[in-house]
Amino acid sequence: METIKNYFFMDMGVMLGRSMRHIFRSMDTIITVTITPIAMMLLFVYVFGGAIQTGTDNYVNYLLPGILLIAIASGIAYTAYRLFMDMQRGIFERFHSMPIARSTALWGHVLTSLLSNAISVVVIILVAFIMGFRSSAGVLSWLAVAGILALFTLALTWIAAIAGLSAKSVDGAGAFSYPLIFLPFISSAFVPTASMPSVVRAFAENQPVTSIVEAIRALLSSQPVGNDIWVALAWCVGIMLVAYIFAMRAYKKRV
Amino acid sequence: MPNNSIQVKGLQKSYKKLHVLKGVDFEVEKGSIFALLGSNGAGKTTIVKILTTLLKPDSGTATVNGFDVASKPESVRQSISLTGQFAAVDEILTGRENLIMIAKLRHLKNPRQVADDLLNRFGLTDAAGRGVSTYSGGMRRRLDIAMSLVGKPQLIFLDEPTTGLDPEARIEVWKTVKELAANGTTVFLTTQYLEEAEQLADRIAILHEGRIIANGTLADLKKLFPPAKVEYIEKQPSLEEIFLAIVGKKEEK
Repeated sequence: METIKNYFFMDMGVMLGRSMRHIFRSMDTIITVTITPIAMMLLFVYVFGGAIQTGTDNYVNYLLPGILLIAIASGIAYTAYRLFMDMQRGIFERFHSMPIARSTALWGHVLTSLLSNAISVVVIILVAFIMGFRSSAGVLSWLAVAGILALFTLALTWIAAIAGLSAKSVDGAGAFSYPLIFLPFISSAFVPTASMPSVVRAFAENQPVTSIVEAIRALLSSQPVGNDIWVALAWCVGIMLVAYIFAMRAYKKRV
Repeated sequence: MPNNSIQVKGLQKSYKKLHVLKGVDFEVEKGSIFALLGSNGAGKTTIVKILTTLLKPDSGTATVNGFDVASKPESVRQSISLTGQFAAVDEILTGRENLIMIAKLRHLKNPRQVADDLLNRFGLTDAAGRGVSTYSGGMRRRLDIAMSLVGKPQLIFLDEPTTGLDPEARIEVWKTVKELAANGTTVFLTTQYLEEAEQLADRIAILHEGRIIANGTLADLKKLFPPAKVEYIEKQPSLEEIFLAIVGKKEEK
């Protein structure tokens, strides 16, 4: 028993290396999680941006937080897909019949999701810099942004785990992410909510994406974050806990 | 040390209302090839899953390499390997990477060396650097079995190892299994192909409707076959005839 616990981090490393290879060898994954959000950013900044009144002089600054959330939401769809394939192909059973820390077969995917989303977020921010994104934020604010994004990734990753563990088909495993990718559009990510009709506006202002976007935006532009950061954290932690409980339930059913 | 690799007593398992195993008993001698024969849905995979600690039995006991599967699952896993019904290989990694991954998970000292030796032994050296998705069914199965041999487990489970393979690949797998046993590895295999059991197994058990209804060497099983009425006909019954005769008799009861 003890020896196996000691190997937890080693096994985790092997699992992480395995699924990171999956990502870097899949052009489809790279395009969807990094290139598509970048293309969307280019489109909004250079095509639609001129017509959007945000009250800030630099639309990239306004847009970036929402783009990052979309990138993460499309990234975790692949976590669900990879998990589903593992369950389907019997490699999970192989791992589980081996003398390894069993939970790493699942946690490896969670860690991969965190790391791969962090990579695409960094790439997107670098492109945003080239496009004129500027931030006056200090180290602490950047760390806070990283923390919020990591929590957001974890929350969505556990939702993805539910889908990956309980889906009956490949399409089902990925389908859950479409509404998540759509949520930023009905929020303050692209345009201020003030211009929306009252019902839509009420939804937009009270859904998680708006508070997360507002908190990140305020942190990056050195504005006071007010309540948004606490609301954002509450959403992320709340979703994460509930999704984790359901994911674990789905996991126990399968093993 | 007991001379049995596997000892199963009174094993029962139900999935909801479906009573799959209704009290299964058998033993597998160390170093032998044991074939569990049965039609689709007879419960062969359920037995494999219980013995490889993937599933808990409702009642009964199972001991693998001297360790109880319920109370010492870690020790069981340490000493076995499972080659499941579907080739459990990573499609995106190369053959070598698959083997290195398993060697690392078994915490071996020299994963690369282990991988290269197995690639060589299974004739996969030329394909070692290619993604597994480009492999043929036979190559995939060979890699699958090679992955199960990483770390030299004393007992390997092969769940329908040749299902879906063409005859040539099937013979390849048979050759591999025979070599394993020759090197002292105990092999537990399930199959629905009677010829496979006849070719490979030292002992054959027939699982039918949740129970082992016959268990013995091929010669033992042949004795169970009702003696021919006209004695001067020398035709020996094939295993297929034995199987159908025994199964048919049980159903009449």
